[in-house]
Amino acid sequence: MNTKWCRIMGIAAALLVMMLAATFAQAVNVPSTIILDSLSRLYEEVKFDHEMHIDLTDDCADCHHHTTGTGTTNRECAQCHSDSEGTSAVACGACHLEQPFSAQSIMEKEQNSDLYHIDKPGLKAVFHLNCLKCHEEAGGPAGCQDCHERTETGHAFYDSGRYAPAGKKQGSDH
Amino acid sequence: MKGISRRKFLAATVLGSAATVLTSTDKALGLNNFEGYPEGMGVLVDLTRCVGCRSCEAACNKEQGLPAPDLPFDDPSVFDETFHHGSQKRRTDENAYTVVNRYDPDDGGQPVYRKIQCNHCNEPACLTSCFVNAYTKTREGAVIYDSTVCVGCRTCMVACPFRIPAYSYSSALHPQIRKCIFCYDTRLRYGDPPACVETCPQEVLTFGHRRNLIKIAHERIRRHPAKYIDYVYGEEEVGGTGWMYLSSVPFEQVGFDTTLQKEPILNNAREFLATVPMVLAIWPALFMGFHILSAQKHRDGDDNDPGRDQEGDEK
Ligand code: SF4
Ligand code: SF4
Repeated sequence: MNTKWCRIMGIAAALLVMMLAATFAQAVNVPSTIILDSLSRLYEEVKFDHEMHIDLTDDCADCHHHTTGTGTTNRECAQCHSDSEGTSAVACGACHLEQPFSAQSIMEKEQNSDLYHIDKPGLKAVFHLNCLKCHEEAGGPAGCQDCHERTETGHAFYDSGRYAPAGKKQGSDH
Repeated sequence: MKGISRRKFLAATVLGSAATVLTSTDKALGLNNFEGYPEGMGVLVDLTRCVGCRSCEAACNKEQGLPAPDLPFDDPSVFDETFHHGSQKRRTDENAYTVVNRYDPDDGGQPVYRKIQCNHCNEPACLTSCFVNAYTKTREGAVIYDSTVCVGCRTCMVACPFRIPAYSYSSALHPQIRKCIFCYDTRLRYGDPPACVETCPQEVLTFGHRRNLIKIAHERIRRHPAKYIDYVYGEEEVGGTGWMYLSSVPFEQVGFDTTLQKEPILNNAREFLATVPMVLAIWPALFMGFHILSAQKHRDGDDNDPGRDQEGDEK
């Protein structure tokens, strides 16, 4: 009786620990919403519903290609990344630069003569290239302003909204 | 070697005639600049990525302090604008150093968008044809101009194989050349990417050393052979251009002139050079002519040169 009780308690505790660990991992490592605000001069911030996108896909690698922090199975990638630092990075911005063409970025690229990934798109590009491709295929929102509401400065930049040329028709979306 | 010495000879001839008649020697360029610079920067334009959002146009307009557009920069109706009875899509002019056009490929597939601007040639025909040496090819790869020495003769406009230089007629007395300068003054000279490149959401525009861009371009083709036409437009055209292009549809279907020679336009410029003394002789009359022309002219929105109607018709 006592031993049986102990075993049940033990299993329950183990389960609890596993569940907690899972929740913890979810909470810590997998954000449910990601705020994208690097273009906040021209556009309102974008609240990316990560959770919803996780539900929509079977495979994290759809976006995170070779890794979600668990190493890689892709043969090509594994040649270098079977056990390298790169694979522990999960966030897009860990590899894809916010300023891919700054003087600094270009200089660093020049100095690294062994660089294999010579054509790595910047952070803004990977969002758009990835998002739009899928959104167009899956019928998700694909117009610029579906995701990016413009700030006042944004309207001035596009000569849109109240900055639209007088007497001409308003610009449409996209 | 022969070619180079002939070029230098021709260059010296241009300089000579300009210097003798117009004494603008202080503005004269280092004419050994012609070969292009090994460290020159460029942009690889990947047409397969462009969504036609025209953010690059907006960025250029603001960066270069150009006049407000006729329509907002997010208005896609501009893609339907044509000129010369439909044969001509929008072109760059003194108010827009870059424009994006839409093309419907022959196979009925998705529309393709193409951004045009100065291609910043390694050996620019505008530069070699200009007899007051208004143009400079900078070490960083930009083809820039000094509008204070420009006399408004429009030779460069005719010489440019991509029909990019346009004229500003805001001053009737002194019409001036206007075109994309690779954001040289505000960005390139400090190592920063051009405004259009920085703005593009799709990274249609990859900025970098020209020699690296050529590698990247061929690598993209190698990795995605089904996606790309196996050709890098601008790698060799007219001696190589700083801005180069990748496409998924044949280049001639999206407005590129695929008949251009591989050699720099200098060879053709010889014809211009031959006319230089004549131009100088009739200069006052000619200048007066431009004057009257520009005074009478109302902007028709796309073409500064009524003599060139068909797109891609010149060799
Ligand atoms: S490089 Fe600068 S000047 Fe040229 S098209 Fe881009 S923004 Fe305009
Ligand atoms: S900003 Fe980029 S995607 Fe948009 S029209 Fe220009 S080149 Fe195309």
